[in-house]
Amino acid sequence: MTTVENAAGIAGTSGGARLDRQSVSGLVFGLLGVALIVGVAPAISSSNRRFNFEPPPDPAGIGFDPPTWVIAIGVLFLLTAALGFAPPAARQWASPARLLSALAVIPLVLVLSLALSDNPSTNIVNLFNESLVLATPLALGSMTGLWCERSGIINIGIEGTMLAGAGIGYMTYATIGDAQSTAWLWFSILISVLAGGLVAALLAVLSIRFGVNQIVGGVVINLFALGLTGFLRSEVIVKSGITTGVGTSEFGLPLLSKIPVIGDQLFRGQPIYWLMYVVVIGTWVVMYRTPWGLRVRSCGENPHAAETLGVNVVRIRYQSVILGGLIAGLAGAWFSMESQARFEDNMTNAAGFIALAALIFGKWTPWGAFGGALLFGFSRALGTRLQFLGVEVSGFEIPSEFLQALPFVVTLVVVAGAVGRSIPPAASGQPFHRSR
Amino acid sequence: MSSVGNANAGIGRAAGQLHRLLTEVWRLQPLYVSLYAILLSFVVGGVLISIIGVNPFTAYWALLRGMVGGGEEIAGSVARSVPFIGSALALAFAFRAGLFNIGAEGQLLAGGITAAYVGALSWMSDLPGIVAIPLILIAGTMGGAIWGGIPGVLRAKTGAHEVISTIMLNSLVLFGVRWMVNSRDPVVLRDTDSTVPRTDPISDTAVLPELVDSQPSLHVGIFALVGICFVVAFVLNRTTFGFEVGTVGLNPHASHYAGINVNRVIVASMAVSGAFAGLAAASEISGTNGFFQPGTFFLMGFDGIAIALLARTNPVAIIAAALLWGSMLSGAPLMQQEADVSIDVVRIIQAMVLLFVAADAIVRYLFRVRELDQSPFKATSIEGAV
Repeated sequence: MTTVENAAGIAGTSGGARLDRQSVSGLVFGLLGVALIVGVAPAISSSNRRFNFEPPPDPAGIGFDPPTWVIAIGVLFLLTAALGFAPPAARQWASPARLLSALAVIPLVLVLSLALSDNPSTNIVNLFNESLVLATPLALGSMTGLWCERSGIINIGIEGTMLAGAGIGYMTYATIGDAQSTAWLWFSILISVLAGGLVAALLAVLSIRFGVNQIVGGVVINLFALGLTGFLRSEVIVKSGITTGVGTSEFGLPLLSKIPVIGDQLFRGQPIYWLMYVVVIGTWVVMYRTPWGLRVRSCGENPHAAETLGVNVVRIRYQSVILGGLIAGLAGAWFSMESQARFEDNMTNAAGFIALAALIFGKWTPWGAFGGALLFGFSRALGTRLQFLGVEVSGFEIPSEFLQALPFVVTLVVVAGAVGRSIPPAASGQPFHRSR
Repeated sequence: MSSVGNANAGIGRAAGQLHRLLTEVWRLQPLYVSLYAILLSFVVGGVLISIIGVNPFTAYWALLRGMVGGGEEIAGSVARSVPFIGSALALAFAFRAGLFNIGAEGQLLAGGITAAYVGALSWMSDLPGIVAIPLILIAGTMGGAIWGGIPGVLRAKTGAHEVISTIMLNSLVLFGVRWMVNSRDPVVLRDTDSTVPRTDPISDTAVLPELVDSQPSLHVGIFALVGICFVVAFVLNRTTFGFEVGTVGLNPHASHYAGINVNRVIVASMAVSGAFAGLAAASEISGTNGFFQPGTFFLMGFDGIAIALLARTNPVAIIAAALLWGSMLSGAPLMQQEADVSIDVVRIIQAMVLLFVAADAIVRYLFRVRELDQSPFKATSIEGAV
């Protein structure tokens, strides 16, 4: 056991009686349900609102009456709360009910914000698509973290790796392709990916070869990438005069983009966005369905046991960290060549740290981390949308900052173990020394 | 091939000579890894500068003059370094307790906004400076302490790792202060007369007296922060609390069996750690800016990590490390102006310094140094399982 776990263990034993997590969540859902039915539903306007599925004019959509929906979700919360205290026979439904209730928060937020806005309708398909697109770098970043941490290396440097990928990729594009040609664009994206791998290799050497504290190694990466990309921007990109260019272009998936109403909105997108799905699915397949993936996970849980079975822990860790870096490089390319075709200082703007939060939120699993990334992407998209809609609660306009801060609160609550404890890979953060 | 080998051997010999000079003549053993790390980093930076076609000596000469070229430059460099002392102290104190406080960035914001709020209260102008100044400093310190205490409580009560909770709290406070400073409807703390988003200016009575009119101006806050370093050194080395902090940092399990209340130490260390960041922010608000802007403390908390590591978590050495850090940032504009080298070179050099200090094996290998003291950056001392 590490010192940290010891400390946590001590904290747990001497911290007094811990509340049963199920009854706490039951209580919270119960109170929320009562508040929604008794307090919120009568207070909001019952004039009809619409969720549209396509842009105007004359969009398809569904009209609804906000109080009815609020009451329905309130009842769902109450049922969940009741199941938490139900006799053991019914307890098997408690866990899926909690999940359903947690997911119901998303329609609840949407219904409430539309009910409190002056605008009678909003396009939710488009909102959903924006969430997915904004989640791209976060999902990719969390896959980086996943590969590193499941192999036993903490990567605080995701942010710096992404930034280096973004800066070096765009620099290549600007200097050799004048930020115009498609062929050079793809070459530059490849350079971004390789740059990410290279930066991650530095972290790998520091933490594996030199046994440097992994968090310190990550901090070095972040500082270094910030300086390097700033330097390259002012010395190369600005001097080349090509500060903006043409980014990747959208394309529709065959067949799927032909689906009426939603197809053109959901199944048209830019290439790195699509690659994100490939990476997430690929990560899941490789990590859980191949022998190599099993070895990676074993190195993160118990490297010495893995070693006795003939696994080359050092090599596996190098491979996973560099693979993670390649993914982060792709995420960097999203910033400078897909989302925008330019490079700015500190362009990633803490996305790497949010990706880390998504990873922890998702309890170090690929789908969980992807879900976390979606949550953060959704809250960003919703923040912008609400600013546009102008949501007011009794004359007080809800600032977009509040919604953007929401996922951080959620992650904090998750990390604190109130929703469900998130347990890292056992050997994550520990240097490995070959036994002699 | 052989000439490369010879060159390597030559460098090795020269490094060996330098090492002998440092250890036997000047007796600087405790510092040599840091000194060599700085030297190596400047070499790396110099290579980068020559790649873009500038003579590195010209650039470094401009940098040096920007740092210490005259009275005003020196004062400016010192003034620039003062807040780094606080943020580095925040990191160092937490490191001693085995905690990694990435949240200094957020604690600076929390302390800064509290100080700016208290300093701009209408009744502050009725108070004499001798009351108003301590009040604004204490307010900032409390703001930082509370924001730092939260991850401490979470760690002690639920086992939530402070690295993650502080990253979350950093973002939370950033969104919070952005809203408070930007929002016009309702006006929270925004100065409505100003075109840029910032808080109301603090009362004149709460302004820390200026010592030198440099850029940025050197103010009395330096005494507070330098003084605190010595206080922390005393507390860590000579008091029961300091002993408990160090013991928990080395082995919480053993501390627990020795009867130390580990939870209390963790919460207290994080709160104290946040308090230092808050003090640094308050001193900046009160002495330099006179109001709060969210961008003021950008990266200051993260730089604190590097400075604390460079100083090997020694509170007194932090003063020197912060001076190096701040003066490099302060001197960089002259380098850009005269040698046309981007100021980001300084950032690269700083990252290199941290790299070589952390990976002291590289330094030891290059300079043929035997391992005499235990490096505090080996994974054993700063436990970092996320």
